[in-house]
Amino acid sequence: MSFQPVHFYQTGTFTVGNRLLAEEERSVQANMERTNSLNSGHRACQGCGEALGARYAIDAAMKAASGRLIAANATGCLEVFSTPYPETSWQIPWIHSLFGNTAAVATGIAAAIKVKRKKGQMGDVRVVAQGGDGGTTDIGFGCLSGMFERNDDVLYICYDNGGYMNTGVQRSSATPPAARTATTMPVGPEPGNAFGQGKFVPLIAMAHEIPYVATATVADLRDLEYKVTKAMGIRGARYIHILVPCPLGWGAASEDTIKLARLAKETGIFPVFEAERGDLTSSLKIRRQQPVEEYLKLQKRYAHLFGKKPAVETIARLQAAADKNIRRYGLLDEEAN
Amino acid sequence: MEKPFAITLDPGSSLANHTGSWRTSRPVYLDRLPPCNKQCPAGEDIQGWLFHAESGDYESAWRHLTKDNPFPAIMGRVCYHTCEGACNRGQLDAPVGINSVEHFLGDEALKQGWKLTPPATESGKHVLVVGAGPSGMSAAYHLRRLGHSVTLYEAGPLLGGMMRFGIPKYRLPRDILEAEMQRVVDLGVTVKLNSKVDNILTTMTEGKFDAAFLAVGAHIGKRATIPAGDAAKIIDAISLLRSMEGEDKPLLGRRVVVYGGGNTAIDVARTAKRMGAEPLIVYRRTREKMPAHDFELEEALQEGIMVKWLSTIKQAHESSLTIEKMALDSKGFPQPTGEFETIEADSLVLALGQDVDLGLLEGVPGLKVIDGVVEVGANMMTGHPGIFAGGDMVPAERNVTVGIGHGKQAARHIDGWLRGEQYFPPVQREVATFEKLNTWYYADAPKTVRPMLDIIRRQSTFDEVQGGLDESNALFEARRCLSCGNCFECDNCYGVCPDNAVIKLGPGKRFEFNYDYCKGCGMCVAECPCGAIKMEAEEI
Repeated sequence: MSFQPVHFYQTGTFTVGNRLLAEEERSVQANMERTNSLNSGHRACQGCGEALGARYAIDAAMKAASGRLIAANATGCLEVFSTPYPETSWQIPWIHSLFGNTAAVATGIAAAIKVKRKKGQMGDVRVVAQGGDGGTTDIGFGCLSGMFERNDDVLYICYDNGGYMNTGVQRSSATPPAARTATTMPVGPEPGNAFGQGKFVPLIAMAHEIPYVATATVADLRDLEYKVTKAMGIRGARYIHILVPCPLGWGAASEDTIKLARLAKETGIFPVFEAERGDLTSSLKIRRQQPVEEYLKLQKRYAHLFGKKPAVETIARLQAAADKNIRRYGLLDEEAN
Repeated sequence: MEKPFAITLDPGSSLANHTGSWRTSRPVYLDRLPPCNKQCPAGEDIQGWLFHAESGDYESAWRHLTKDNPFPAIMGRVCYHTCEGACNRGQLDAPVGINSVEHFLGDEALKQGWKLTPPATESGKHVLVVGAGPSGMSAAYHLRRLGHSVTLYEAGPLLGGMMRFGIPKYRLPRDILEAEMQRVVDLGVTVKLNSKVDNILTTMTEGKFDAAFLAVGAHIGKRATIPAGDAAKIIDAISLLRSMEGEDKPLLGRRVVVYGGGNTAIDVARTAKRMGAEPLIVYRRTREKMPAHDFELEEALQEGIMVKWLSTIKQAHESSLTIEKMALDSKGFPQPTGEFETIEADSLVLALGQDVDLGLLEGVPGLKVIDGVVEVGANMMTGHPGIFAGGDMVPAERNVTVGIGHGKQAARHIDGWLRGEQYFPPVQREVATFEKLNTWYYADAPKTVRPMLDIIRRQSTFDEVQGGLDESNALFEARRCLSCGNCFECDNCYGVCPDNAVIKLGPGKRFEFNYDYCKGCGMCVAECPCGAIKMEAEEI
């Protein structure tokens, strides 16, 4: 179980915090003294899922590391909107790498810390590497795989919004099938991204049999914080893949960011699970199952599926993919239904 | 300053960039009116007192509740809790058991001996209250809290009015009633029992009263013209229920027929059942058209009470009744069919409604009586300045909760009138409808059912039918409240803002927006569970 059920009914543990919960049961984000790693004034769009996901994850990592943390950040939205020279929104030690080498930079930092600790020149400091899906699944993939293979002591966090959003919404290998981007078929019988073989990096990370792999969304803060905290308690290479809706690239209303992340999980489109040393250990169950249309129709990148003639076959294929996730990751609680 | 190679500027913070300028609409916190509060005839702030009960602070909850209604233990037993019908949680699983939590708080207060808050200062004004029923006692309480001296005249020998003489013991135990009445008297109300007011103007002049609140109730049972033989035993429901309070219990015989379809008819039938009789309710229309509350009928049916639908009584004999069958016409009105039958009956109880004894108002100038009840304005004042009225004697639905509400409203208007001002009730806030909520954040928790007295004991004794919740159940039930429209500090807005533009002010102090950085994305509004934030367009 990735969250603690408590005898508490007004809100359960679904909310960020609550006046009725014991202090230790509240989330990091509920704390008035949270780090606010990514501070106000950043240039992310209204309702940015990535800005939210990054603060959630890094605040939790900061708490787990007692404030002794260094972050390496790949080029991408997160870097561009947070650090236009000479300003920065980061309130932690933070370094900007190239687009494709952030895993390698983090490896270097971890190695340097190891040497300095051996010489007695510094205490324990933890390392996080972070990037978007472009910097992770495409450009930085080789460095990432190397980091996994060497089992370097780094937590790598990928914020997946399904495309190269800050350069104008180009397709990445994490762009889902049928979603429209600036570089996919605009017209024709099957517009949008092609149904390819798919490239789901959490599964590839699991294939490296690293100590810990997990997925999360910005819709379930407690699950996300639990996973970051658990990952920080482990040494070696760890990977967390967080789904962060992008109002700009997905063509969605800015207030729907969390709703979309929640629907991605509730439809089965995005499986939320954790795995240790290559084995699936738990999955977050669907609470109120929804058909994929509920998720798709809120986004303009799928608008072509809902025209005068709805693309029934395409929607059915997407539903089939979601159903496969539900089977594969055990997303439905059989006993509860 | 010396700078490294290729660096020309000092590092700065993004706080210099006020992203609030991007905004076209802004979130604002508000308190919407929860549907339960809107529904309550006594104007209770239900969500407000549940808020305290949720944290286990029962005394604060009780004090908050009694600002509007001094009788929670009575309410928890006899109120028809229409609030629960309005409860948004009903659309999720089952409504919050507001009534059962109120019951618990009322009993807890009596157990712990909590006292009502006396007034801080005395106004020097003296108000007469006529009638010690729910409305009169409520007015006495609220007038005392506002600092006025109160003298209460009651025609009967005891306090409580219809709560004592109209509601059977199995619904309202008398020790509970007495304790809550006494708590109001303890605030310094002068009580004159067995003192019928014959002429209101005389009493006011003699007692030098500055204002009066009349709540004499409706105690005269309506009679139907039923041709009856000399030996037929016919009594009215109110007289019967009243005599249950005295030493001489009425003799009804075995087969008791109750004529009528209101709550009083059911009270009488259930009372007769407990006295060993076999009651039969005769009603001229159908169950759907019955004015009695369905749950009361259901409880009566469970206890073995029979109902004869679509029937009127044409004639009463010594030990039988002639009944005519009715049929509903296209408009739903019952029409005679010409089919008759005879049923056995040792006595007939008429539960056909009650009239008001308006004797004390004779000769009062300006006062208007229409259809046997006294006309009052929105301020509860009659046509005669300084004389206010409420409860069953004014046109309104007749039940305890409405009466208590009248007493409160009247007290506030009397207070305004005594100071030579007009009291304006607060403007009603916009309603927190179900669509305003984000119910994802509430855990599933179905309603806690109060224990019901075992059926055999219900048929033979006057023990209270509906028990109370224990402490853990009451807490569970209170925490099922969705807090519609009112912030309960779940930290969601503080958590979900991608721009850290929500400032948490600390426990009990809620939150504030930092409009320097709020970009107006609206995520806080969408993810607020209880609908306590809304977006407003910016003036551009």
